[in-house]
Amino acid sequence: MPENTSIQVRDFEITTGNRSKSFENIVVALMIACSAVAIVVTIGIIFSLLFESINFFKKVPMSEFLFGTTWSPQTALRADQVGASGRFGAVPLISGTLLISFIAMCVATPLGLFSAIYLSEYAGNKTRSIVKPLLEILAGIPTVVYGFFAALTVAPLLRAGGEGIGLNVSSESALAAGVVMGIMIIPLISSLSDDVINAVPQSLRDASLGLGSTDSETIRRVILPAAIPGIAGSLLLAASRAIGETMIVVMAAGLAANLTANPLEAVTTITAQIVALLTGDQEFDSAKTLSAFALGLLLFAVTLILNMISLKIVNKYREQYD
Amino acid sequence: MSKTTSIIEAKDVDVFYGEKQALNGISLDIPENKVTSLIGPSGCGKSTFLRCINRMNDLVDICRVSGDIRISGQDIYAPEVDVVALRANVGMVFQKPNPFPKSIFENVAYGPKIHGLTANKAEMEELVEWSLRKAGLWNEVKDRLNETGTGLSGGQQQRLCIARAIAVKPRVILMDEPCSALDPIATAIIEELIDELRENFSIVIVTHSMQQAARVSQRTAFFHMGNLVESGNTKNIFTSPKDERTQNYITGRIG
Repeated sequence: MPENTSIQVRDFEITTGNRSKSFENIVVALMIACSAVAIVVTIGIIFSLLFESINFFKKVPMSEFLFGTTWSPQTALRADQVGASGRFGAVPLISGTLLISFIAMCVATPLGLFSAIYLSEYAGNKTRSIVKPLLEILAGIPTVVYGFFAALTVAPLLRAGGEGIGLNVSSESALAAGVVMGIMIIPLISSLSDDVINAVPQSLRDASLGLGSTDSETIRRVILPAAIPGIAGSLLLAASRAIGETMIVVMAAGLAANLTANPLEAVTTITAQIVALLTGDQEFDSAKTLSAFALGLLLFAVTLILNMISLKIVNKYREQYD
Repeated sequence: MSKTTSIIEAKDVDVFYGEKQALNGISLDIPENKVTSLIGPSGCGKSTFLRCINRMNDLVDICRVSGDIRISGQDIYAPEVDVVALRANVGMVFQKPNPFPKSIFENVAYGPKIHGLTANKAEMEELVEWSLRKAGLWNEVKDRLNETGTGLSGGQQQRLCIARAIAVKPRVILMDEPCSALDPIATAIIEELIDELRENFSIVIVTHSMQQAARVSQRTAFFHMGNLVESGNTKNIFTSPKDERTQNYITGRIG
């Protein structure tokens, strides 16, 4: 452009734009409405859980629910029937839930953590681009598939294996459900841990390697200590997923409310019992039905607390390096 | 100055990143107990050359190094060389201060610990104190050795990284633009420190600041587009460069 060409600049008009402001307002209002629906529904569910639980605790004292060790929610059809009142002690359910989750974490923690360390620190780009999606396929398998895998493949296998060495393994065992659940949450742990390990700055690795550390010394002494809060957070998230998992336990763990720490026996969990309580026809105001709400509230409280703690840990860790 | 012995002798060093050649046949001797500065415009290969000396380039998958680099007469790329042992002898200070998220004491003790340099706690405490004193940081941190190293100021962090590097007592210390993230006062303190450190260590420093090169180093090597253009006594390089490119760079016409 020749230097002396004059350019026509805009008129200085700033009071009227040519695009309508009301459209912006409508979009914003729509978005607020959408997020409000989600929030309102959540609050509604919490209150419904709360109110029905209160109804339940009018029929069954809270102390029996929280500390009772017998769970047999069968109430009689007629009031004058023998054994008319069910027993609503949730301890065997809680212990069963914890036992299965514990087994699951025992399986998933080392497998998930070591694959995360391998992927983030040792694997080359090629291996990583193959292995990571493969691991994530595990996360895409529907839980019902895991369920019948546990019930029809793993459980008979464990039973046969147990017989081989003279152990009596129940056909629906905590072990089978726990192991399969552990496999299910491996990708959760590996992918979250992989993220936090990757978030450890490269400069720290350089510093450690530059001082003459080996790869494994760097991982043990620098990377893991720096990433441990985030890893703990991912383990807690995985634990809360395990506690809330339903399909696998319904199909593989059984419904017998045994109070036991023996992983070879059948146990039941909070989620499996909720399914059992509400499957089929029942009165809406019986203690049996209402107990499902109390169990739901218990489950909700436990997983909510675990999630909050883990998110807090994970976020705190992230702030450290941003 | 011609009588000084060389600690590092590089001969015909080529470096490739994939297909791209980053260094062309670099031959450079680095004198013992002197400060040698590598200068040149961005992308000229000076940092790449620095990272060849402690084989940090090994960490880059696509990087290939050929040629001959000897430290104290030993070929550091020979197959029997243990990279971990090499790096214990060739310390490095990075561009951005990178203390570990551990206590000040643990930062300095890290190297001696992994190499098993001390027999007991008292020896370790002594070594940590010696390193921090050498790095000119002792008086500032002696009452808070258990506080985290990342809580120090930028200049203090960089001196902590220097203390961490010298705690292993390497023969050579490589510094990759150690002051580029620091303010002028912190820079002046580090430059003074570098001058004192050459009594015990041989130092190679990459710098973008020609004033810094002139202030701290006895030898200077000028890199340009992957080539070593000129090297010699710092004074000669800055007062009577032989090559036109060096002349242009130090007078600010390129770079």
